[in-house]
Amino acid sequence: MLMSYREALNQAMREEMRRDSRIFLIGEEVGYYQGAFKVSKGFVEEFGPQRVVDTPITEAGFTGLAIGAAMAGLHPIVELMTMNFALVALDQIVNNAAKIRYMSGGQLSVPLVIRGPGSAAHQLAAQHSQSLDAWFCHVPGLKVIAPATPHDAKGLLKSAIRDNNPVIFIEAQLLYGTKGDVEDGEYTIPLGVAEVKRTGRDATIVAYSKMLLLALEAAEQLSREGIEVEVIDPRTLKPLDLPTIVASVKKTGRLVIVEEGWRFCGLGAQIAESVYAAAFDYLDAPIQRVTGEDVPMPYSRPLEDAAIPDKARVIDAVRSVCGTR
Amino acid sequence: MDRSDVLFLYRQMLLIRRFEEKSAEMYALAKIGGFLHLYIGEEAIAVGAIAALRPDDYAISAYRDHGHCLARGSDPGQVMAELFGKATGLCQGKGGSMHLVDAPRRFMGGYAIVGGHIPLATGLAFATKYQKLDLVTVCFFGEGALPSGQAHEALNLAALWKLPVIFVCENNRYGMGTPAERAIALYADVAGTARSYGISAKRVDGMDVLAVRDAMHRVVEQARVGQGPFFIEAMTYRFMGHSMSDPAHGHYRTKEEVEEHRKRDPLHLLKQTILSANLGTEADFRQLEREVGEVVTAAVRFADESPFPAPSELYNDVLAE
Repeated sequence: MLMSYREALNQAMREEMRRDSRIFLIGEEVGYYQGAFKVSKGFVEEFGPQRVVDTPITEAGFTGLAIGAAMAGLHPIVELMTMNFALVALDQIVNNAAKIRYMSGGQLSVPLVIRGPGSAAHQLAAQHSQSLDAWFCHVPGLKVIAPATPHDAKGLLKSAIRDNNPVIFIEAQLLYGTKGDVEDGEYTIPLGVAEVKRTGRDATIVAYSKMLLLALEAAEQLSREGIEVEVIDPRTLKPLDLPTIVASVKKTGRLVIVEEGWRFCGLGAQIAESVYAAAFDYLDAPIQRVTGEDVPMPYSRPLEDAAIPDKARVIDAVRSVCGTR
Repeated sequence: MDRSDVLFLYRQMLLIRRFEEKSAEMYALAKIGGFLHLYIGEEAIAVGAIAALRPDDYAISAYRDHGHCLARGSDPGQVMAELFGKATGLCQGKGGSMHLVDAPRRFMGGYAIVGGHIPLATGLAFATKYQKLDLVTVCFFGEGALPSGQAHEALNLAALWKLPVIFVCENNRYGMGTPAERAIALYADVAGTARSYGISAKRVDGMDVLAVRDAMHRVVEQARVGQGPFFIEAMTYRFMGHSMSDPAHGHYRTKEEVEEHRKRDPLHLLKQTILSANLGTEADFRQLEREVGEVVTAAVRFADESPFPAPSELYNDVLAE
């Protein structure tokens, strides 16, 4: 069934909340406003304000509250209006959510989803346009998901909600309106499993979230030039499905990693290191990374465009690893 | 006042006192590493407050947490083993002094980022309200945590949603070496911070275990029926330094000041009350000393004889299944 990314998220949470009364949604404007990006449309009407909890603008406070509620057996979904605001709650996420299980010697668990849009949208400027994916991935005790399609968004969000760990679920404002085929009825997608989104023999692109769409467009154009690119979406950034990526690299011998986040210490650096360690002998060219530029996001449209990967840069990187540039 | 009640309270405070003194010794012998913050002088707060709780109520604390954990009934051997970093510790040696957790006793942890556990307490209370359980959550923290943003956010949420949480502010007058008057704008009325959020707040003598218990009894029962939250400011004094690297007096407070406060030692105060009310005799106190001494000695022996965690433990419990 064709539906938007936004509707897929709505459906995932709705199905899970109907299934399990321990699940509640908490965040700014999730109730009567219907969600800042309308992801929780109709929720307060169906589940009531006890389970769809509007908060004051206090991310540290309500994220901490959700962690405490999870420790007492509830399964909170925290909606951050945008992932940028996670920075205000970072002490709660890193020092409490991620560590409580370990510090307690396994006595306590924090089954919790923290979700909201990350990355740049259109001209939101530096404080509202950043990809903190690598920050979260750096922290032991967190799982991190960044789905690109409505189908993946629904199946992965349901799995995230059922997971017994703190899960950071990164959406994207520019994906909410995108549409795709979503399987009818009940299904989940396991965390930590990548998907080959397009098969090819000449080079592999690893890309996730919005960058997957870019990679697929690039692959389409390259195909017309006779370069067949395999495109892999890890979908779950941590734990990363390295075997699927490595298997593809062993087949193609060439790898381009595309990410919207800053280059220095970005997720692609980690993926490249892992691939070099696992498949160095299979590589016919150095791994190429296409990343966001190491600058705060500028407001001005042409500058913003220059700071974010585009199709031309992805194509250029593929040609480079294929030696056809 | 009932004889067995007051002797129990005394025994709990004595256990914490002797346990902490022994911990200091073990630290000097390098059996305990890291940071060690002793609760000596403040025992009446944990013991009095927790005496007002049911076993299924939640308690949560900051990093000076041995007293709360022991008052909640945790096994002193397992607590000492945790300080030693042993596999038999409450948290299998992964938490240490500042992160004691005893989930079966609803002691939900010690947390070492100042102010960071206060939102967790509101979450525990949110959960019990959501689950329609008649449980309360008690959150212990020092006055040094009160100016933090997280404390203010938590107080606002607790008041906004009428959560069954009791904030117990242990006002020992110093956040590390900085006195309250140099850290808190309204230092003379710390409880006023809570009142500004519409939370009923009261100051009690934190050296008087009976006063703490009685004040807690009243608010716990009100919170249990949905009248919460509440805030109690318990005035106390830390007899030792902030941590083991800080002497009891010197740079930021004088020997005379410490001696003055030691005259109101909470154990001494309760002992005088018990003796003058003829609820106990010197022989009773000698007996309690003996018993507690044996418990602490046994705790150290248990910790000493326990194994360190196996190297393979390193990767366990990073994630849940």
